[in-house]
Amino acid sequence: MSLQFPYIGNSEIEQQAMLDYLGIKSSDELFVDIPQKYRDGNLPNIPTSLSEMELVNHLDSLSEKNIVTTPSNSFIGAGAYHHYIPSTVFSLAQRGEFLTSYTPYQAEVSQGTLQVTYELQSLISELYSMDVANAGMYEGGSSLAEAALMACRLKSRYMVACLNSVSPRYKAVLESYLAPQSIQIEFIDIDNLNIPQNEYACLIVQYPNFYGSIEDMQRLSDVTHNANSLFVVSADPLASVIYRPPGQYGADIVVGEGQRLGVPISFGGPYIGFFSCKNEYLRQMPGRIVGKTVDKKGDTAFVLTLQTREQHIRRERATSNICTSEALMGLMITIYAATLGKSGLKKVALSCFHNAHYAANLLQNLSGFDLLATQPFFNEFVVSCPVSPIIINTKLAEYGITGGLDVSDQFENSMLFCFTELNNKESIDFLIHKLMQFCV
Amino acid sequence: MSEYNKMPLLMDLSRKDKFGVTISDIDVPLSDLPDSKLLRDDINLPELSQLDVVRYFTNLSQMNYAIDTQFYPLGSCTMKYNPKINDQLASLKGFANLHPLVNETFAQGSLELMYNLQNYLSEISGMSATSLSTMAGAQGELAGVLMIKAFHANNLDITNRKVMLIPDSAHGTNPASASMAGFSVKSIPSDKNGNMDIEVLKEYANENLAGIMLTLPSTLGLFDNQIVDICNIVHQSGGLVYGDGANMNAWMGQTKLGDLGFDVIHINLHKTFSTPHGGGGPGAGPVCVNNNLINYLPGPIVTKDNNFYKFEEMSNSIGSLGAFHGNFGVLVRAYCYIRTLGKEGIPEVSKNAVLNANYIMNKLKHVYDVGFSNRSICMHEVVFTANKQKQHGVKGLDIAKRLLDYGYHSPTMYFPLIVDEALMVEPTESESKATLDKFIEAMLKIAEECESNPGLLHEAPLTTPVQRLDEALAARQPNLKWSPTTAMLNEKEN
Repeated sequence: MSLQFPYIGNSEIEQQAMLDYLGIKSSDELFVDIPQKYRDGNLPNIPTSLSEMELVNHLDSLSEKNIVTTPSNSFIGAGAYHHYIPSTVFSLAQRGEFLTSYTPYQAEVSQGTLQVTYELQSLISELYSMDVANAGMYEGGSSLAEAALMACRLKSRYMVACLNSVSPRYKAVLESYLAPQSIQIEFIDIDNLNIPQNEYACLIVQYPNFYGSIEDMQRLSDVTHNANSLFVVSADPLASVIYRPPGQYGADIVVGEGQRLGVPISFGGPYIGFFSCKNEYLRQMPGRIVGKTVDKKGDTAFVLTLQTREQHIRRERATSNICTSEALMGLMITIYAATLGKSGLKKVALSCFHNAHYAANLLQNLSGFDLLATQPFFNEFVVSCPVSPIIINTKLAEYGITGGLDVSDQFENSMLFCFTELNNKESIDFLIHKLMQFCV
Repeated sequence: MSEYNKMPLLMDLSRKDKFGVTISDIDVPLSDLPDSKLLRDDINLPELSQLDVVRYFTNLSQMNYAIDTQFYPLGSCTMKYNPKINDQLASLKGFANLHPLVNETFAQGSLELMYNLQNYLSEISGMSATSLSTMAGAQGELAGVLMIKAFHANNLDITNRKVMLIPDSAHGTNPASASMAGFSVKSIPSDKNGNMDIEVLKEYANENLAGIMLTLPSTLGLFDNQIVDICNIVHQSGGLVYGDGANMNAWMGQTKLGDLGFDVIHINLHKTFSTPHGGGGPGAGPVCVNNNLINYLPGPIVTKDNNFYKFEEMSNSIGSLGAFHGNFGVLVRAYCYIRTLGKEGIPEVSKNAVLNANYIMNKLKHVYDVGFSNRSICMHEVVFTANKQKQHGVKGLDIAKRLLDYGYHSPTMYFPLIVDEALMVEPTESESKATLDKFIEAMLKIAEECESNPGLLHEAPLTTPVQRLDEALAARQPNLKWSPTTAMLNEKEN
C-alpha cells in the first residue's frame, strides 16, 4: 500500500477508489508505455523523507554555516546590494493570491498581477526616463545581453562595442549570449573612443560603471549616434533617482538590475532585469508586456499585449525564448517603490551618496590607501590598498566586517567599496578605524 | 468607451508629501552634490501612506486566481501546491542576507545545499552532473542546446551540424531557444498515435543533424514508447538528444531519462519541484548532462574538496548566462521539497499525478473527445478537444472562459497546436478525488450548456472581476504606462 505525504491530495482510500473506477489493480498499469527494461526510478542516493520539524532544524543548521555580517557592517556591492526592505514588501508579496498564481494569460482572473505589472512598467519608464518598459527579464546580465541582441536585430549588424568599464560578469554573459549567433564584441576604452560609421549595432555603457563612476554620458551618446549606432545603457535604477536618467541622454535601450529596489540579496538570485526602450523599437523588445485596454463592458482592464513577438506565438522567429518576467520580484519592487514613495526613494539614494562620499574622504586620508576614481561617483568606488585585499578582508571578517570586493585582477591591490543607507557614521568610522592598522 | 476603473493606479491615489515608511536620517557630514547638469530635475513617484499601500496591493491580490484559492488544471504548467514552510526557510537570514560575491568560506551552508541539490537532481534524472545556474526553463533549454553546439564544435563538426529537430507538439520555447543558439530548426510531425513520426526522423538522421529536442511525455500527455529507438537513431547519426523536463512530473521516480538515452535535460524547479510561480517567475531551470557533456556545463557548479565546498568553472564551459550563480532562493525551496518527500515520496508524486489525470480523462472522455483517442492511457495530463462542442457553435475558448465562472482556472487552450480546439488538463498530485469530482461535474454541466445555451458560453465569464478583454485595442494602441499628466493633475488637488 502506498505511503502518505502532506503534499499529495489523495488518501489511500481515494486512490483505491480511482483505481477501481479505472478498472486496474495498481497504478503500475498506467506506466506501461515506459519500456519495461527502464521502469526503474529507484533513488538510493536521496535521503529518506523528513518531518517538517526535522526539515526546519536541518535548514537552520545549513543557514547557520553561512557567515553573514550585520548589514550595517557590510561594504560590498558590485551588482548586488544590501538595502533596507520595509515590512510591507514581504507581507504583501507573500500573499498566496500573488505568490501561487500563474503567468496572467487568463486576464479575467489575473487583474492583480496584470495591474501590478503595468505599475512596474510605469515605474521603470519613469526611473530611466524611457518611453516603454517590459514586465521584466531574468536579471541584469542577461537583460543586457538581450539588449545587445535587440540592437543587432534593429541594425541588422553582427558587431557590438562595449566599454571596458562594464561589469566583468555582465561582459561574460554578453559573450555567452552573442557568440552563438556569431556576433562579435569589441571591448573598448573610453579614453580611446573610436566608433566608425555604420559598423557597430550599438555601444554598451554601464551607468554608473562597474567601478562606481559616472561616465560622460552626453559625449558617449553623441559619439554613438553620430556613428549611426544605438546607445545601450545598463543603468542602476537607484542612481537614476537623483542622477540625470539615461533616457535624457538619448539612450535607445536601457536595461538594469532591479534587485536593489526591495529584493533580498539572497546569494545572487532570484533577481529581475529591467528592460526599456524608445517607442519606435517596441516591437523588437523581448519579454512580456502588459497593456491597458477595456473589457466587454467598457471598464478599464489590463492584458498581456504585443504577444506576437513572443515564443509561444512566433516560435523560432520570436524576439527571444524568454517566458518569465520574474513577476514576483517585479511585485516586490512595485510595493517597495510605493511604500518608500518619492521622498523615501530620494532619501535612500542620497543616503548612499553621502555615506560613500564621507567614507571616501576618510579613506583617502589613510596613508597607503588611494582613491582611484577620478570621475564623480554615486555609492561605489575603487581604492588601492597598501596590502593585498585578501589580507584586509580576512582581518576585517574577524571584526564582523565584510570589506569591499577584491578587484586586484584589474587594479593592483584594489578593492571596490560600496555604501548604502544601511551603513551609518558609526559603522563607517568603525571600518576606517580597523583599516588604519594597514596604513604605511 | 467608459473609463471606469475599479482599481485606481498608485499615481491616482498619490497625494503630495505622504510616505509609507520612515528611513533613518543621514548622520554623516553631507558632501557636495555633483554639478547640477549631472542631476535630474524631478521624478514622478507615488506618495502614499502605509495603509494606502497595504489596501491597494491586498485588493489587487483578490483579483487573482491562485493555487492557494482555486484548482488550477492548467495543462503543461504543473500547478501543484507550493509548501509554505519552503518559503519560510528560503527567507532565513543566513540565506537571504548572503552576498553572492563573498568568499566561499563564508558561504559553506549555501554551497552545501547547492552541492546536494545538484546530486539529487542528477540522481532523479539519471544523469551524471547538474548545473543550477540557469534561471528558468527556457534558459535551461538555451544552455542545453549551446552545450550540444559546443560539443560538436569541439569535435570539429560544427560546419555541417546545424539542424535541430523539434516535434510539432513542442513548446514554443524549444524552437526559440534553438534559434537563439544559431541552429536551423526543422519540425517533425507526430503520427496517428501521437508519437513521433519515426520515418521522418530517419530522413533527417545524417551528418547535418546536431540534435533533437524532445519533451517526454510529449505535450500531448503521451509517453512515446519508441523513445529508445529515437535516441539510437539520433546517436547513430552523430547527433545528441536534448530532453525538455517540462513534463517531469509524469516520470520522476518511475524511470530516468539518462537511462533512456538522453544526453542533456533541463528541469523546471517551479513545476516539478513545487516552487511558487509568483504570477510569472521566478523559476529555475537547472541542466543535467551525461558524461560526454560535463565539461560544457554552464558555470559555475559546486564541487567538494576535502569537505570544503567551492564554485568551479568547467573546462569547456559554454559560459555564464547570468551575473551570479542562479536563483538561489528557488533552489532552497526545491531542496526542501525533495527532503520532505524523500526517496519514498518522490515516486508517489508521479503516481498520483498520473492517476488523477487518467481519472479525469475517463470521467470526461464520453462527453469531450480526447486528442488522440486511440491511446487508452495518458500520463500526467490529458488533452481534450472541443470538436464535439464546436458543432453547437462553441469553441474551446468559450468552455475555458465558462470554467472561470465555476471557480476553476482555465485549462491550457489551443496547445499543443496539432490538436484542434485543444483543452489541456493537468491536475497534479496535489488535488484530491473530491476536488476532481467537483471539477468533472462542472465540465459536464458546461457540456450541457454548450447544447442548451451556447450564447451563455460566448458571454462567459460573467462573475470575474473583469469580462473578456479587447485585446485588439491593446495591441493597436499600446498604452503601457500611466500618463504623468493625469498624475500631476491629482497632485494639484487636495
